[in-house]
Amino acid sequence: MTKLAMFYLYIKPAVFLILLFSSLSCLADKGKVLYTEKCAICHGHEGSGGVGIPLGLEAFLEQTPDEYLRRTIRVGRPGRIMPPFYRLSDHDIDAIIGYIRSWKKTTVPQWDATPVKADARIGKQLFDKHCITCHGESGYGGKGTGKTFSRPRDLPITPPSLNNQGFLNSASDQMLKNIIIQGRKETPMPAASQFNLTDDDVDNLVSYIRSFQQTMVTGEQILSESSVLVYKSPYTFNETIENIKRAVIAKDYILIRDQALDHGFVPVKDESKTHTMVYFCNYDIIYNALAIDPRVGMFLPCRITVVEQNGEVQAMSINPKRLSQLFNNDELDVACDRMHDTYSSILKEATR
Amino acid sequence: MKRILTRLLAPLLLLGWLPAQAMITGELIMVRSDRAFPDAMRILQGAIKKQGYTLSNIQPVDEALAKSGYTTDNYRIVFFGKTEQMKLLTRTHPELIPYLPLKIAIYAEAGETLLVTSDPAVFMDLYPDRQLHKVFMQWHEDLISIMKNLQNPD
Repeated sequence: MTKLAMFYLYIKPAVFLILLFSSLSCLADKGKVLYTEKCAICHGHEGSGGVGIPLGLEAFLEQTPDEYLRRTIRVGRPGRIMPPFYRLSDHDIDAIIGYIRSWKKTTVPQWDATPVKADARIGKQLFDKHCITCHGESGYGGKGTGKTFSRPRDLPITPPSLNNQGFLNSASDQMLKNIIIQGRKETPMPAASQFNLTDDDVDNLVSYIRSFQQTMVTGEQILSESSVLVYKSPYTFNETIENIKRAVIAKDYILIRDQALDHGFVPVKDESKTHTMVYFCNYDIIYNALAIDPRVGMFLPCRITVVEQNGEVQAMSINPKRLSQLFNNDELDVACDRMHDTYSSILKEATR
Repeated sequence: MKRILTRLLAPLLLLGWLPAQAMITGELIMVRSDRAFPDAMRILQGAIKKQGYTLSNIQPVDEALAKSGYTTDNYRIVFFGKTEQMKLLTRTHPELIPYLPLKIAIYAEAGETLLVTSDPAVFMDLYPDRQLHKVFMQWHEDLISIMKNLQNPD
């Protein structure tokens, strides 16, 4: 046997296989790393579930095409905990999906893209009769669905919000149809047969759910708000601090303390005399904000910093409107808008 | 042979390079630790120090809420930074001051502990200064390393 024949018979296929397996293993490892970093906190390790749905459920994997997962990761669920991962590359998303698929040996479904054309008005009647208890008025989802980062764990899954634009942009009509017909094993979602629904009924329901769709979601957020609120003060450094304290109390907040920005980093005698943080709080507001989403605590307590630099005094704070975009939670947006107004009002009052 | 290997190795080299890109996260960095709160708190403080940062303050949000009549599980905010870096940044980029020192919220949930912080990498969209980008990416990597300690404590 010539050397060339040896190469083509043994060495080339062996090298190819080694490289192929290394490549697949590398992709799987990457999927695991990405899943652990970005998904496990909500969906649990190996998809056991948590705030997010248990992705490891066999029924879920059997009914969910890769395209649905791909779109869901990309666009998230606007106004809900699930964020859009628009910074991830397509390759990263495929690695995550590959890892999710590795948990169970299931067939990946391939639903065709044919839209269902039926009567949404009849669908609404059926929805109000059979689905509204779990999926809420107009498909809004049960109370708390996807809203709060902590939730009671008495159900294996929270009924999803069917009118969420991220969901509607991800799920095809044929996928919805299959879920309604089959139900979802190991969850409270029953099969259509339990309600004696016909094929036409199911089509009407799909049409009604599809009628909630209003927009195409791309996942790109508009991060237009400035990250900080800054006001120039005509007063001295100390006067500005006192003005802020007065304005805080007038707004029904409690002063916690004021301290140098470098407090805790340097000995007290060396602390900055030109950077002072005024901390304040309203426990009622904090408690309610934490109940909507406990993650918001990372911007607590409320704080305005007064800075004197180059003979100029400025008062500044974070911009809650900009930060609310981090949480993807429309209930929190309302609270953050209010907080933005409060910060702006205190800053204006103290520097006018 | 060389051509074949080059063709086969190129995608592998690319794959080997890609995990470093996984450092670009979403806008929040979060970790759920199966450690109970006191243990997780201890690991967090150790990880922050190990990463070269100084702990400046721990805000007991839970205690403050309890004093006002609100019941809540353990909830703390841990503040930290690097003294010289703080001095430099407050002088050269005062617009960053409201976000300094860095902080991580840590709170208990049913025997587990959750940790969350904003990802400094998102500041790159807001500040064009390339020198700052290096700082943001360093913070980003440090925060990822700190959080990983809670997933896989030494």
